[in-house]
Amino acid sequence: MDWPAIGLSIRLATIVSLVLLVIGLPIAGWLAFSRWRWKFLVEAIVALPLVLPPTVLGFYVLMAVGARSPIGRAWTAWTGHSLAFTFEGLVLASILYSLPFAVQPIAASFAQVDRGLIDAAATLGSPPWRTFVRVVIPLSIEGIITGGVLSFAHTIGEFGVVLMVGGNLPGITRTVSIAIYDQVQGFQYADANATALLLLVFSASVLALVYAIVRKPWAVASLR
Amino acid sequence: MRRPVRRTLAAGVVAGLLALGAAPAAVEPPGIRVAAASDLQTVLPVIAERFQRSTGRHVGVTYGSSGNFFSQIQNGAPFDVFLSADIEYPRRLEAAGVAEPGSIVTYGFGRIVVWSRRGGLVDLQRGLEALTDARIRRIAIANPEHAPYGRAAVAALRHEGLYDRVRSKLVLGENVSQAAQFVDSGNAEAGIIALSLALAPTLKPEGTYYEIPLTFYPPIEQGAVIVKASANKAGGRAFLEFLGLPDSLRLMQSFGFAMPAPDGRAP
Repeated sequence: MDWPAIGLSIRLATIVSLVLLVIGLPIAGWLAFSRWRWKFLVEAIVALPLVLPPTVLGFYVLMAVGARSPIGRAWTAWTGHSLAFTFEGLVLASILYSLPFAVQPIAASFAQVDRGLIDAAATLGSPPWRTFVRVVIPLSIEGIITGGVLSFAHTIGEFGVVLMVGGNLPGITRTVSIAIYDQVQGFQYADANATALLLLVFSASVLALVYAIVRKPWAVASLR
Repeated sequence: MRRPVRRTLAAGVVAGLLALGAAPAAVEPPGIRVAAASDLQTVLPVIAERFQRSTGRHVGVTYGSSGNFFSQIQNGAPFDVFLSADIEYPRRLEAAGVAEPGSIVTYGFGRIVVWSRRGGLVDLQRGLEALTDARIRRIAIANPEHAPYGRAAVAALRHEGLYDRVRSKLVLGENVSQAAQFVDSGNAEAGIIALSLALAPTLKPEGTYYEIPLTFYPPIEQGAVIVKASANKAGGRAFLEFLGLPDSLRLMQSFGFAMPAPDGRAP
């Protein structure tokens, strides 16, 4: 079992899901409450990683951070190395890749908050940002948890993007999915199987958790 | 008024998709399905085209990693011929009873080069030694755990006693094409890649290379084999014979492969 790779994936997914919660809340809030007529364009861009092959995203990230792009040259001039083949590079790519998994459930639960409560807060003199923090967010906590858990799990399972920009460095960019791929390629089927099984059990548990949050089996039990 | 139009449109789209799906299957002649290592991507289209012209038989080539093809063929992938970058895979297939016994041939030897983008930091006059330059932060190679070109790159570095000095700079591509791509996109300053890639029309104008002597690394023996479950073994044999003709071998050489010595041994 490649424990360093598993540890790295957990570290990556934790950072990515925390960052996504921070940037996902305002984006989801804007998507849920804005009345801008071109809003659907932003919705489409946020949802893009759902339908784009990871290779497309990975390819563009690789090109964007390379020495042939102005962004890549600026970053290299500043830090002394390319963003490719670094942990920071993986964080950036994963944030882009997992964005819809955080934003969409959060925006959906924001949209379900009773408008009457928001209006009531407004008539009581609460400015919109305070209503958002004190009313909308607490009432949407399930959607926020779902978004956080899904983006965590999705980052753990990410493969194509990491393969494209990671460079397979042990302890830096060799995530658990890459480790499994290497084991399969190297015919270490027993090792691959052990790691894959762990990932399978983990993913099934995470999804069960998400659906439990949505369905609230404990709430049904308490009703009886 | 609108609904019938929409329905007609939908029916048209469905009919069109069905036609698209059905057409090639109906027209295509019984061809030869080839699974080929990605380092053949430049030379094989030319050879396949010549073969088609002289025999009238269609050749469909799928490019990919030899290790993936190995697993796929073991699990019944419908290929007639497998052109591997590493003869070890055809040998294993033969041992597993999945390949036609006695059909393995060596069709060439891979060669490796140090490659960097034109105007880059690598002073290729210094050969492999150039990679120790502090300005070179990343060196891309194929993953030595499963890619033959990656193993050769590591062997050459060890041969020159440079491996431990450059080890921390190595970034691994999934295969040798990806290693080349890491350099071409400017994310790594240099790479050790296949000569066939350095000579590829898309990469040749972009970079310069230093050819690593064949004595620095164990031969990258490229082997081909006929798949036992193939429905078109005759076609596969004909293609392998064509691949062994002097004209094809010359072509392979001009695309960056070394040829076996007349006694069949490594060059």
